[in-house]
Amino acid sequence: MNEFLHVFIMFLVAGGIGVLALIVGAVLGPKKPSRTKLMAYESGNDPIGSARERFPVHFYLVAMLFIIFDIETAFFYPLAVSFNKLGTFAFWEALAFVVLVAVGYFYILKKGVLEWK
Amino acid sequence: MLTDILLTLLKAVGVVLGLLTTFAYMTLIERRLLARFQIRAGPNRVGPLGLLQPVADAIKSIFKEDLVVTAADKIIFWLAPFIAITMALSAFGAIPAGPAGSLFGQDPWVFNLDIGLLFILATTSMGVYGIFLAGWSSGSKYPLFGGLRSSAQIISYELGQGLSVLGLLMLTGTMNLVGIVNWQAEHGILILFQGVAFVTFVISSFAETNRTPFDLPEAEQELVAGYLTEYSSIKWALFQMAEYVNMITASAVISTLFMGGFKGPAFLGETIANIPFIWLFAKIALWLFIFIWVRATLPRMRYDKLQQFGWKFLFPVALMNTLATAAYKAFLPNSSLWYLGIFSVLVVIAMIVFSGSRDWQKVDVKTRAVAGD
Repeated sequence: MNEFLHVFIMFLVAGGIGVLALIVGAVLGPKKPSRTKLMAYESGNDPIGSARERFPVHFYLVAMLFIIFDIETAFFYPLAVSFNKLGTFAFWEALAFVVLVAVGYFYILKKGVLEWK
Repeated sequence: MLTDILLTLLKAVGVVLGLLTTFAYMTLIERRLLARFQIRAGPNRVGPLGLLQPVADAIKSIFKEDLVVTAADKIIFWLAPFIAITMALSAFGAIPAGPAGSLFGQDPWVFNLDIGLLFILATTSMGVYGIFLAGWSSGSKYPLFGGLRSSAQIISYELGQGLSVLGLLMLTGTMNLVGIVNWQAEHGILILFQGVAFVTFVISSFAETNRTPFDLPEAEQELVAGYLTEYSSIKWALFQMAEYVNMITASAVISTLFMGGFKGPAFLGETIANIPFIWLFAKIALWLFIFIWVRATLPRMRYDKLQQFGWKFLFPVALMNTLATAAYKAFLPNSSLWYLGIFSVLVVIAMIVFSGSRDWQKVDVKTRAVAGD
């Protein structure tokens, strides 16, 4: 049988627990909302402005770098698994991969992307 | 076909219930142990030795009022804890708990994919969505910043984690977790030959699961409760559950990849080493204890240092380890694995010495000027 059917069943059971817990909590909990209870928490003061704020661009950069490097890593997985069959050729391939990653890495390092202020 | 599905369903329910029970008692054991570390008693009032404390906590969190802030994005606010718990629970299904056919003639795993390791890495990283969406949808500032920080931290350490297993995959030649365990039974456990990968993987696992010294999302002095600030009652409990289940999964993955998984030590004989469940559970318990021990010992890192440690230390080290293993496989294919072992020990010693020198934390003044300070 297809192994991924098992995966699907696992997801169903796990998701079922989540839905069940959320429903149970929503049904059994008391509901006495008031204006102050439903206010966003800002250390006891009335919240100022919207929470959809601007935030440091660093987080965006980290996310982009992550996608680039993680995809490169993901491409490396098949090579690593079939390394035995490929022999020395695989090593030069791996070296090329590491050099590519390293060039990008030193570029962002020198650009100061990884300096958090 | 139908019996197969029912069997899988049964195993899946078993895994989920087992994880939830472990989570419940994990919270108690953690509090008791932390109390021991700090020479106090800890929770010991509810039931004998405080053993009913998790039950009391569960009942309390179910009957609490479930608040949704007016400014929140309602649908995503509900979706976030659901994503977190689903992904956390599903990942564990791939962990093999014994040799094939050892669970009353059935296989002691829910599914055994050829890409098992990749599946676990992918599923656990899906948990980031739960955290990020929770922070964003709360409609409040502390959760937004907490969620951002948290997700940036997790994706940064994901890189080190993903890279560090590459050398291991080159040696075993398979991503199938049962295959990796069998390879270790044949050649010796991988912690010996992939010491560098082991260290980087463990450190990244701590960061991935938001544990001390990387528990920045819980830096209450700066962020109140991070992405959890606006969550209450069962939704808050679901996030807590997801965090602990991720910790259990991380322990299981470390045990499976580096410590021989479900197999016991070979010198005890084949029969004892092949007893299902016991060995894996013992290893998971050991790692959970280490998680608590570290929490009781190490202080929290500062956020910029955390990011720099991930990018400037773990990432290059993991990359170098990959290259070294590749060179070993290509040029010394038939020599003893112990060369790699000696190499690992030397590099780990170098890492300890070098991390003390703090060179990687230095800020280059010139590059800061280029970045447009």
